[in-house]
Amino acid sequence: MRAIWKYIWKRVLYVIPTLVGLSILIFILSRVLPGDPALMAAGPNAPKWVVEQIRHQLRLDKPLWEQYYYWLVDLFHGDLGYSTYTKRSVTADVIEYLPASLQLIFMAALFEIGGALALGIIAGRYAYRLPDNIVRVIAYIGISVPSFVWGLLFQLVFASLIPLFPTHGMYSYGTVPPPRVTGFSLIDALIAGQFDTFVDILWHMVLPAFALSLGAMAQDARIIRAGMVENTEKEHVSLVRAYGIPERVIFSKYILKPSLVPAVTVMGMDIASLLGNAFMVELIFQWPGFSRYGINVMLNKDINGIVAVVLVIGILFAIANIIVDVVVAYLDPRIGRRSQ
Amino acid sequence: MSAMLALKEWLKTIEIKKKWYNFSRSPLSLIGLAISLSTIIMAVFAPWIAPYPQHAGFFTDFAHAKQPPSWQHWFGTDEFGRDVLSRTIFGFRYSLMMAAVVLSLVVPTGVILGLIAGYYRERWIGKVIMRIADIFIAVPPLVLALSVCSLLTPSAFHAMMAVSLMWWPWYTRLLYNITSSVKEEYFVYAAKVTGASSFHIMFKEIFPNAMGAVLTKVTLDVGWVILLGASLSFVGLGAQPPTPDLGTMVADGAKFLPDYWWISMFPALAISYVILGFNLLGDGIKDAFEG
Repeated sequence: MRAIWKYIWKRVLYVIPTLVGLSILIFILSRVLPGDPALMAAGPNAPKWVVEQIRHQLRLDKPLWEQYYYWLVDLFHGDLGYSTYTKRSVTADVIEYLPASLQLIFMAALFEIGGALALGIIAGRYAYRLPDNIVRVIAYIGISVPSFVWGLLFQLVFASLIPLFPTHGMYSYGTVPPPRVTGFSLIDALIAGQFDTFVDILWHMVLPAFALSLGAMAQDARIIRAGMVENTEKEHVSLVRAYGIPERVIFSKYILKPSLVPAVTVMGMDIASLLGNAFMVELIFQWPGFSRYGINVMLNKDINGIVAVVLVIGILFAIANIIVDVVVAYLDPRIGRRSQ
Repeated sequence: MSAMLALKEWLKTIEIKKKWYNFSRSPLSLIGLAISLSTIIMAVFAPWIAPYPQHAGFFTDFAHAKQPPSWQHWFGTDEFGRDVLSRTIFGFRYSLMMAAVVLSLVVPTGVILGLIAGYYRERWIGKVIMRIADIFIAVPPLVLALSVCSLLTPSAFHAMMAVSLMWWPWYTRLLYNITSSVKEEYFVYAAKVTGASSFHIMFKEIFPNAMGAVLTKVTLDVGWVILLGASLSFVGLGAQPPTPDLGTMVADGAKFLPDYWWISMFPALAISYVILGFNLLGDGIKDAFEG
């Protein structure tokens, strides 16, 4: 147990300089690239002194290193700067919008893992037979069709033509949102005891989460399938079979479990695609989350907002990757031992 | 220049016929090749293939707006009365051009940096390059590309620049991994002993070993870059209307869902078609090199 914590600690120490580097990169890009954020925030008809005031407020009249220094000082006080888009602190925006996105991405990840396991196991079990070929075709389609196309397609087919699911938003018309406690509307609904609202939110999440998960699901299914085919042919599998170990045990312990290691390893990349694709999917389904907020700050050239969006996603991505590494180390003890 | 020489030598050594035999045995790879070639042909000859080439840019014919698919307009017409099929065919141009520009910028940069970083792995230069590459990889490529596009004025050209800025580290990583392992091989020591320069060792001894992996990655990346470009313009931070960019067309047409589904769905299918083609082709090339 202590070894795991040491491993996590080492990963955290490694990732911190990278995140600092990322903050410097996006900070410099946001200040150096052409275009005037102050002018953009003030609007085209604003008098000159208003623009100057906003410029002063954003500290754009100071040298670059000083801007970064004060930004960093503010960051340690939990302040990510003033948003010219929402006219308040970016920190408040992050707290308001992030939980909705995390909730969606979490559900997408559940779909992804479940779907990838099901498809991968079917394909691996019936390798080179009809189910395998069907899964292969599904996987190629899943990888090739962008998530925003899935989103529009699902919206068209399962919300408009066949009204099974709502087309957009988080609540049905007339539903009262639960009082905000954690920010995660699902949890808040449970805390408030509004079970109908809970189901309603889940219902609104199905299509966006599924659209979000399909690409990564297809990729993982293929990896699980490949691993299973490879492990089925291993000699130790024949050996345990000769011992008379039940087929069920052979399957789960000697074929499936080692096949999951490469699948979990690429999950770091899958999370990248979930975080990235959430931008389009939240836009399509008008999900009130962090990614849609990200698009809005970007379209409004809100520099503090943009820096915060990139950094928060960088941090989420880093955390996710550390979790993935720990799970891999758990599934394949050799890796954990090697790192010590 | 040395890259071209390396390419020539490499083509001699890889037994192209055997690779083609491996490749052509798989029907999926051949389908991938056919799809990829068809999109390239459509992109190159768009003005001759498209039934209404003048509909690609500024053009309005409100009398024929939002017509469903018919024999005159196979994919229907959009809100300005433009032929969706013609615009989709021109859309392949923008998608493939994006991939070509991005990859021709990114592959040489990433490869050279990766060779240097792998070759001087223990020295500060190698470490610095890899740490910088790590920073660019620390966030999903789409997110950083979106931010850069938004900070610049959104346009097709800026989208290409933004994606290029995000994409080089993947090649640096690939080459770094290959170089760090290949440099321990005996033929590299032999070259060193005979007094070959570091430049020679990197490009003539080590690089040919990475060609297969680079070629596979380039082919697969055509699909990924097209996807990224389409995502950027879908959000409104890439190519701007009236450019017949597939992502822009999907986003514009989405406003008319569900009644006028053809305006957005056919360009959406076209994006999937290109990506599918290059994915199948890339996998085919990978299998041909491994098999």
